[in-house]
Amino acid sequence: MAEQNQTPVTDEQKLYATILNWGMNAGLIAIVTTFAIYGMGIFEPAVPLNKVQYFWSLNVSDYLAAVNQTYVHAPAGLEGWAWLSLLGKGDFLQFAPIAWLAGVSIICYLAITPGLFRRGDTVYGIISIVEVVVLVAAASGIVGGGGH
Amino acid sequence: MLSENSNRSVRGVLLLAAFLLLPVLALASGDAGHAAATGDSAAIAEAIANAEVGANDAVVWWKMPLILLVTTFIMGIFAVLGGVGGGVLYVPLIGGFFPFHIDFVRGTGLLVALAGALAAGPGLLRSGMANLRLALPVGLIASAMAIVGAQVGIMLSALNPNIISTALGATILGICAIMLMAKKSEIPDVPKADALSQALHISGVLYEPSMGKNIDWKIHRTPLGLFMFIFIGFIAGMFGLGAGWANVPVFNLMMGAPIKVSAATSKFLLSITDTSAAWIYVNKGCIIPQIVVPSIIGIMLGSFVGVRVMKVVKPTFIRWMVIAILAFAGLKSLDKGLGLGLMG
Repeated sequence: MAEQNQTPVTDEQKLYATILNWGMNAGLIAIVTTFAIYGMGIFEPAVPLNKVQYFWSLNVSDYLAAVNQTYVHAPAGLEGWAWLSLLGKGDFLQFAPIAWLAGVSIICYLAITPGLFRRGDTVYGIISIVEVVVLVAAASGIVGGGGH
Repeated sequence: MLSENSNRSVRGVLLLAAFLLLPVLALASGDAGHAAATGDSAAIAEAIANAEVGANDAVVWWKMPLILLVTTFIMGIFAVLGGVGGGVLYVPLIGGFFPFHIDFVRGTGLLVALAGALAAGPGLLRSGMANLRLALPVGLIASAMAIVGAQVGIMLSALNPNIISTALGATILGICAIMLMAKKSEIPDVPKADALSQALHISGVLYEPSMGKNIDWKIHRTPLGLFMFIFIGFIAGMFGLGAGWANVPVFNLMMGAPIKVSAATSKFLLSITDTSAAWIYVNKGCIIPQIVVPSIIGIMLGSFVGVRVMKVVKPTFIRWMVIAILAFAGLKSLDKGLGLGLMG
């Protein structure tokens, strides 16, 4: 039987895996915790728990307009990062761990980029930077609208 | 003998679970609300009026999240066993049977696929099965196109959600066809690595325990493979599907990566592709906690069980079962989109 001689995992790959693992665990714990806070009413939700069912069959624009008009009354609307100013509400609090999960990959890319350049892996360094730009653009709402 | 008996009982339990999905879905479809055809002020006024009257206020708020949790738990088992991401089962089934608008279903579908990929990613990277050098260039193309797909999806959905349901149904049936026809190659024959993959140093050595030897792998047709991810990213973003069903054949059959590297890199890749599209849906407000959280938890718990069940059940049986569920979900989505009403 041949000696196991699998390609060694690169430092960047190990670092990426470590951050991803940590970020995923933190996000999952937070998502369960914030849902418990929401369900138990520890932080009062902006939209009462038993009223959500009347709105979830609307398309997203109508849903946001309806819940904002009826319950939230946010002057700038509810798209984009508007949830940040509503973190005191149980339902909007859950946007934080969701945004965290959607942002973990950006942190991973930022972490591996310096090492790629240090090792002279310029092409992958550039790919990594461009990926960060794409993901940050998506997160910021610059592309796709909804940014505030 | 014992293993055959246990295999038979697991198959029985899985069939039962598949049948269990039907009443649970029926319960969900018979519940509050129905999808509004198009966005307009009348729909908003009607929803607000219904909320003020509160005819369904007596229904405990956690009823639908609980139904969703049970449904996605079963779905999670089948997703693992069938080798598909959660999103590809989630979007057509939940979109077809639950009262939620397809905007929220697609946004949640992406988050479900994203959570699964994030959970699997670290282990796959550490073991060396997922290859970062293969994933990074592909991920850049797929994630950029997923943003475009997500925007187009939201735009079409605002015009008429039936367009999305019809296209989704057709896509899901296409995925069934791919699953039926696509062969996989454990170690594809790649006579010579192409210039681009050589420049990017995409290659490796994989220890294959079944053969007891190290396999030197390299890839070819890299430009064509990268081109394919333009479409894969677009479809992933547009429908909120994880795109493992497309990633794996392209990595394995087109580019020539070993099946294990293809499957692992595909799963990890979803964490990149779905991140960009997920942000579009989050920014658009397609997040309802009562839908998102039980779905993520249900699929993840189901996946844990699925991994255990996988050890004792025949993959061929499961493969047929998942294709049948997918075909059913695709037909339901088509039925809904075309307004035929043949499937309830």
